[in-house]
Amino acid sequence: MNKKQKKNLMRIIIAAVLMIALNFVQVEGWAKFFLYMVPYLIVGYDILLKAAHGIKNLRAFDESFLMTVATLGAIALGLYRTGDYTEAVAVMLFYQVGEWFQSYAIDKSRKNISDLMDIRPDFANIESAGKIEQVDPDEVEIGTIIIVQPGEKIPIDGVIVEGNSTLDTAALTGESLPRNVQIGSEVISGCVNLNGVLKIKTTKDFEESTASKILDLVENASSRKSKSENFITKFARIYTPAVVTAALVLAFVPSLITGDFETWIYRALLFLIISCPCALVISIPLTFFAGLGRASREGVLVKGSNYLETLSQIKTVVMDKTGTLTRGIFDVDAVHSEEIKPEQLLHWTAHVERYSTHPIATTLKKAYPHEDDDCKVEQVEELAGLGVKAVVNGKILHVGNEKLMDKVGAAWHPCHRDGTIIHVAIDGKYAAHVIVADMLKPNSHKAIESLIAVGVKRIVMLTGDLKKVAARIAGELGLTEFHSELLPAQKVEHLEKILQEKNSGKVAFVGDGINDAPVLARADIGIAMGAMGSDAAIEAADVVLMDDDPLKISKAIQIAKKTLAIVKENIYFAIGVKFLCLGLGAVGIANMWFAIFADVGVMILAVLNALRVLLKI
Amino acid sequence: MKKNYKIYADCANCASQMEVEANKTDGVKNAVVNFMTLKMQVEFEDGVEPKEVMERVRENCKKIEDDCEIYLK
Repeated sequence: MNKKQKKNLMRIIIAAVLMIALNFVQVEGWAKFFLYMVPYLIVGYDILLKAAHGIKNLRAFDESFLMTVATLGAIALGLYRTGDYTEAVAVMLFYQVGEWFQSYAIDKSRKNISDLMDIRPDFANIESAGKIEQVDPDEVEIGTIIIVQPGEKIPIDGVIVEGNSTLDTAALTGESLPRNVQIGSEVISGCVNLNGVLKIKTTKDFEESTASKILDLVENASSRKSKSENFITKFARIYTPAVVTAALVLAFVPSLITGDFETWIYRALLFLIISCPCALVISIPLTFFAGLGRASREGVLVKGSNYLETLSQIKTVVMDKTGTLTRGIFDVDAVHSEEIKPEQLLHWTAHVERYSTHPIATTLKKAYPHEDDDCKVEQVEELAGLGVKAVVNGKILHVGNEKLMDKVGAAWHPCHRDGTIIHVAIDGKYAAHVIVADMLKPNSHKAIESLIAVGVKRIVMLTGDLKKVAARIAGELGLTEFHSELLPAQKVEHLEKILQEKNSGKVAFVGDGINDAPVLARADIGIAMGAMGSDAAIEAADVVLMDDDPLKISKAIQIAKKTLAIVKENIYFAIGVKFLCLGLGAVGIANMWFAIFADVGVMILAVLNALRVLLKI
Repeated sequence: MKKNYKIYADCANCASQMEVEANKTDGVKNAVVNFMTLKMQVEFEDGVEPKEVMERVRENCKKIEDDCEIYLK
């Protein structure tokens, strides 16, 4: 509870106690009026001031105005006829109770959700003159050695140079199993160091580090508003003036005809109280916010409420293979060489791939661990969808697929082995091929099944890989539709074809590589693998899976569906109850208590319903 | 140029009014108010001084809603 909430709670309690006490006081006339005005003003003075402020600035039609008119009207009726002020004070009192509850609930959920995403590191330890010193992580330069004690968060991305430990990555990835790290391990900021002291050499600036980037994404996420949110904003803008006009008509037209001013003015006041749009205005953004928070707790970053909306309507999922369905970690299976020794060939290919981040490059580098020697590597050129070209010790090397071989005119030949074949040409002449194989991620099979379970109608696999490999993977996963040997541009073409087909519905694309960025951007929803994915892919995507687990795709869809279902419930429920009560109020069936329920009660129910998103599915 | 500002708003409605006012202010290309995170993201027009513009935005917001604040760093 903040200061303001405490103060308002006190006002509510004092006014409520006074009201109860006044029930036992027997006074009439002006004395009664003044006595009742005390709790009225205690609980409602700020509303009256706000309403006055609004009128002064010609912006009259807001909640404060509605409540002011309604309660002042009820007081006037009391003065003029009934001599009863209980209703006027009660309306103000309950309105404030509702406001208080709303502000409390929002504060609470704001805090809950930001706690979930509590990955912001506050300081970095650096060693200077033999002493450990705490500094602002912003000031730490790349290449600095930082020290992370057990229990502390890693502030900046880097590589471990001393010590080993286990890391809790739950806040980043939703993965509850701690990860073991040792010298040489790359670590990302936001993880909590669980046991040993670590010395880490930073590889990025604080601002470019994972934790900062993720926070930035999450904090800006709910700024991208969904259609439902925009609808409600527009709705509220038309709705309030419309209701006030209707209330005026209700107050004066029937009363001029029947001469019964009292009844009709009373009904018009009820109308005003019931009409407050707060249940909608608050619960819809709150639901989306909770949905985004819930998703990030699962390790799924959704970049905006609008994407949550689209995600809930996904009917077709198009998936990349490498790094998405498969682990993207290959191992060299065999080297089929014409003349050169396998050892020598792997030595060269490792050099060619020195700067490449493609999964196959990583494997080739891994196959020759002493890559960092004094060989001269020049003119490295990455050819998207084909391979890599480089000049090593004066020899022109092409390492890549058949298309690359065709391009340089090397007479390649196919291999009988299953797996991905990397061909090598030296000085334009075919030299050898290396066979590497990739494995499915442990959850891929389940991921496909659960996608179908959450209502996805069609799953397509697109890959730059060979047909043979694609067919094997598709077969293992039970996928019937796949397209292989695609260049990045062809992936976009295939996706566009799917987008144009009538019964595709909303289409999601899941991928991880640099070459997937254009496809991610083109799809209705781009889902990127966050841990292994390239920065370009994460940038282009609308949804990022922090732990690269394809099973999270269906989880994200599930959360999106639940969020949207609750949004719909709240819209129908709130508008439905409002209109019902407005109708009942207009024909005289409802009284003030009823009206208060329609306003405050509906709002509280809608907020509670919104918070349901945070519960486990 | 885009900048983020921390804000205080009492209710969602006030926040959306702040958004309307901010968008009406000269020098603001686009402003988005996020009530849930209490942040205002302002995209400025080219060649304006964000500080001056934000002073005006704050003034305009105060005009329509007393109970709000934009924290200018």
